[in-house]
Amino acid sequence: MTTAWEDARRPRIVAIDGDFPGARLQRMWETAPGLKGWISSVDHKEIGKRYIVTAFVFLILGGIEAMVMRWQLAAPNQTLLTPEQYDQLFTIHGVTMIFLYSSPILTGFSNFLWPLLLGSRDMAFPRLNALSYWIYLAAGVFIYAGFVTGNGPNDGWFNYVPYAAKTYNPGINIDVYALGLILLGISTTVGSANFVVTFLRTRAPGMSINRVPILTWGTLTASVANLLAVPSVSLAFFLLWMDRQFGTQFFTADKGQPLIWQHLFWMFGHPWVYAIVLPAMGMVSDALPTFCRRPLVGYTPVALATVATMALGFGVWVHHMFATGLPSLALSFFSGASLIITLPSAVAVFAWTATIWTGRPVIRTAFLFFASMIVLFVIGGVSGVMTGSTPVDWQLTQTYFIVAHIHYVLIGINVFPVAGAIYYWFPKMTGRLLDERLGQWNFWTMFVGFNLGFFPMHIVGLMGMPRRIYSYAPEMGWGPMNLVISLGALLFAIGVLLLVVNVAVSLKRGCLAGPNPWGAPTLEWSIPSPPPPYNFAVIPTIESRHPLWEHWLNESPAPSRLTEGLLLDRGRETIATTPFDAEPNLILEMPADSFAPFILSCGLSLGFAATLFHLWWVAALGGLIVIGALVDWFWPRRVHADMEAANG
Amino acid sequence: MADAVYLAQELPVASLKHNSVGWWGMLCLIATESSLFVYLLFSYAFFAVRFGPGWLPVAHPSLKLALPDTIILLSSSAVIWWAEKGAKTGRRRQHLIGVAATMAMGLVFLIVQALEWKSKTYSITSSSYGSLYFTITGLHMAHVIVGMVILGVVFAWSAAGKFTPRRHTPVLISSTYWHFVDAVWVVVFTTLYLTPYLVNP
Amino acid sequence: MGGVAAIALVLGGSPEGALSSPMSYLRTLGPRADPATVLLWGMIALSLAVVAIIAVAVAAGIVARRRPGSVDSFADLPAQRGTGGLAWFWVGMPLTVIALVGILVWTVAVLATIDSPKARPRLTLEVTGRQWWWQVRYLSDNPAEIFVTANEIHIPTGEPVLVKLVSADVIHSFWAPVLTGKTDAIPGQINVAWLQADRPGRYHGECAEFCGIEHARMGLDVIAESPATFEAWRRGEMRPAVTPSSALEATGEEVFAVHCAVCHSVRGMGLPVVRRAGEHGIVGPDLTHLMSRETLAAGTVPNTIGGLSGWIGNPQALKLGAQMPKTYLSGSELQAVVRYLETLR
Repeated sequence: MTTAWEDARRPRIVAIDGDFPGARLQRMWETAPGLKGWISSVDHKEIGKRYIVTAFVFLILGGIEAMVMRWQLAAPNQTLLTPEQYDQLFTIHGVTMIFLYSSPILTGFSNFLWPLLLGSRDMAFPRLNALSYWIYLAAGVFIYAGFVTGNGPNDGWFNYVPYAAKTYNPGINIDVYALGLILLGISTTVGSANFVVTFLRTRAPGMSINRVPILTWGTLTASVANLLAVPSVSLAFFLLWMDRQFGTQFFTADKGQPLIWQHLFWMFGHPWVYAIVLPAMGMVSDALPTFCRRPLVGYTPVALATVATMALGFGVWVHHMFATGLPSLALSFFSGASLIITLPSAVAVFAWTATIWTGRPVIRTAFLFFASMIVLFVIGGVSGVMTGSTPVDWQLTQTYFIVAHIHYVLIGINVFPVAGAIYYWFPKMTGRLLDERLGQWNFWTMFVGFNLGFFPMHIVGLMGMPRRIYSYAPEMGWGPMNLVISLGALLFAIGVLLLVVNVAVSLKRGCLAGPNPWGAPTLEWSIPSPPPPYNFAVIPTIESRHPLWEHWLNESPAPSRLTEGLLLDRGRETIATTPFDAEPNLILEMPADSFAPFILSCGLSLGFAATLFHLWWVAALGGLIVIGALVDWFWPRRVHADMEAANG
Repeated sequence: MADAVYLAQELPVASLKHNSVGWWGMLCLIATESSLFVYLLFSYAFFAVRFGPGWLPVAHPSLKLALPDTIILLSSSAVIWWAEKGAKTGRRRQHLIGVAATMAMGLVFLIVQALEWKSKTYSITSSSYGSLYFTITGLHMAHVIVGMVILGVVFAWSAAGKFTPRRHTPVLISSTYWHFVDAVWVVVFTTLYLTPYLVNP
Repeated sequence: MGGVAAIALVLGGSPEGALSSPMSYLRTLGPRADPATVLLWGMIALSLAVVAIIAVAVAAGIVARRRPGSVDSFADLPAQRGTGGLAWFWVGMPLTVIALVGILVWTVAVLATIDSPKARPRLTLEVTGRQWWWQVRYLSDNPAEIFVTANEIHIPTGEPVLVKLVSADVIHSFWAPVLTGKTDAIPGQINVAWLQADRPGRYHGECAEFCGIEHARMGLDVIAESPATFEAWRRGEMRPAVTPSSALEATGEEVFAVHCAVCHSVRGMGLPVVRRAGEHGIVGPDLTHLMSRETLAAGTVPNTIGGLSGWIGNPQALKLGAQMPKTYLSGSELQAVVRYLETLR
């Protein structure tokens, strides 16, 4: 596979002809079989699928936790759980859903889809991609190891001090959470850097930034936000850990400032909420139009709204802190900011609705998930507006109204689009379609169950039920509504189970999909399902937003060229292009499969686990493993000077 | 077979200077590390405002060690720039001397910082100011150490003759990181050492 | 979605049922809460309207525009660039802006109205959140008029009352929904809230910030009384405890001094109190006038002889995790101390 070093070349332009050049590329890009290949693979499609499966497992775990809590709350004064068990359950449920499910599932889809959408053969940093997954898995296992041994986080997912301080929480529960989240933050950060550089540098020639799918805008925005926001929460947890282990004075009541925890947490937390919905909104923006048989209405406003949402999202963190005793001028300002952020969301809602009205929708399960998401999004949105109004929020905050809001946001704008995305892209991932009949059952069970389970939470919240209580007295009058909620949640859980069943059944028995079962417009549908390891046999050249619909839409003067393009076959190669106009400017050499990411994550996990128990020498050993993996990672396999020598 | 068709333009193969994806990755790392320090300095400002001027253990932090140290670190940016120029023009000796000098200056900076730490009357646990002071400067020192390790690796590769005037992306990446470490220090120094003079004239 | 709301309401009782829950803030009584409640109803109405419009638009769009007949293959379905889609922005966005500006103006107006009371409050309370109960100190310029009670906050009707909120341990949030929204009690800072009840009544509240394992059992009651009744109560609270008048009560007082006074105070108690270093008698509520309260353990147990005996005998059985340990009193000691506590009126 190695070829003579070369400094530069003019790549040939060839047409795909049967096995040419696929057969040769297959040998270069294929991952070795067996465990060895599984651990060392850097294929973005493999990593993407692993992300999706792992995140879905966490969704199911979080769902089981929720069902146990709903059993406890279904009637007043139940004693299925002790208070401490309930506290760990609602905390791990939040941590699981917010950190271990909702962001990673979108990372999984983006990982799988991005190079396919952008006409590239992999992400900009394939090994970093693998590293991101392994650390994510390690962080999840780390936090769950605490939970199953009874040492899980127990102060809610936003972990307010001083209850999280050593004085009030002497166990290792909070340390597990702190170190686990710092570990996860590393995964998120390297993954985000990878998306940013991939977006800027590895789009197919001609795919200028006004031609990329909205999903990539969503993930790009989320990734930039993560780069800027994750340090805040990692820092907060680091400082808390220092307070707990070494007696620093950051959050102590007498010498420090308990309130700064909330600032640091929500300066991260609010952008994070947008980071876990914007890519999902992008999925809807890209896939809903396919079923409506027309391009998305208002591509440019929607793309700009995506970016604007996040820009504003950095300025509204205080609306989680309206009751902390801030001056009213600040309250008015942050109320205003929280209301203005509605505008870009409204742009997306109008764009989707207009797309339905000016298209000819074909009703499929995926479409139902995407279309229903519009309504769920609006419900989560207006309840968000209500909490943005300070005087109203003084009543709503910390009640089940907020629980309803966050679930309409996270289930409505994340789980529903993700379920739709599974129906939509499953054929691309596996080559087989999911069953439509079962799919309709799946959708309606989830939709009815969700609304039955979560809409009454608004009402029980207006009836004054606080969140995070393990039990309540019958005279509060919350009992009947809670029973409805629990039954609705059960129905919703059955709906999710139907999705799992459909996937399990269709993996083997689903109808063969072919490259483009939905007649969709974007690049991933131009290649076989499932895609070959090298994605594109030749690098396509893009002339419009809808390369596969050009014969219908006549958008561009020249057609995109998908079966004829640059031949890059001297090793794992792909094209790098300029950030805005996507002019080719470099032939990228992609790394081979590597054990370094896996070993690095093992060393890092060992280091974190040892740090938890103050086993400093073991932690140092973990550090050495990390350094060893890095040495291997950055070992100069190509000697630049040799390259020039070989070329004379 | 028909005549082969080629792209009109010749494309460099593998990473090349600012077109290298690695350099873009470094910019992402710098973005995220910068925000880490933004949040640290936000915390500092938050404490300073909430507690008022009495929060500072000394009204005017001594500049006796910190100012020369700052000058040393800032000058090292110029030195690494000179070293990078050496790599760009194929003067390997210039590059090696420059990188070695930068690392030495980094080491001096760390030693002076250690003395500065020793001279403090407060500790990391005695007050929230102490906690913040030692955490901010400590995290910055960690970044200096990482920078020195990176420079050390680049030094070794350079000594082994792995760079040419056309191909020296790691040189570019390492010096960019070093400039970042220096720039952060300017902001940290201004906040921790100079603003008290403005607040308590 | 409206249908879902209706179903939920029917199953949950009736709209009236929702209103009559003791913690519901859909109907409030007092100038601190009322303006926000009107705004809340306004926003609920607007929100339901927005949801209904979009839900109908989406559903109607699907029904009206859906492609007739069954579709077997998407390959034959041409895509077209429909026209007129942007009209949705031109109509929708201005309406959205108008609605938001309206809400913002209303919000700022309400904020200004309820920021501080119209009249200068004559009564100021210091409420301290503790795991898991509320200590209430009635402040006064006259030190003799300062007294401490717990969990049940008596206020006079018709006048604003200032509440200074502090915390002795972790963050709590003071919330009596019918009278006022939430204000956090944060260690290291003093937050100020106010409330006013225009009608006499017992208004329930709960801690609204997760504060540990018994967060669910940290209730409070605001008892609004006519100024005369309130004044009589206040005079009563200012008095020290009565001295025991029977042998059993005296025994009870001794038991109290040995076993209970480590954490609980009774003002004017004649006996020396057994306390070790660091113990200050405010781990638990001040019991000087325990019998003036209707509940124990922050609303957990009714304050009856049975309730009191059960609570003292084994608090952990009623409120698992409460700071009060099992006391291991003998039967006769328990009987005596309950008898003594009953004198604390």
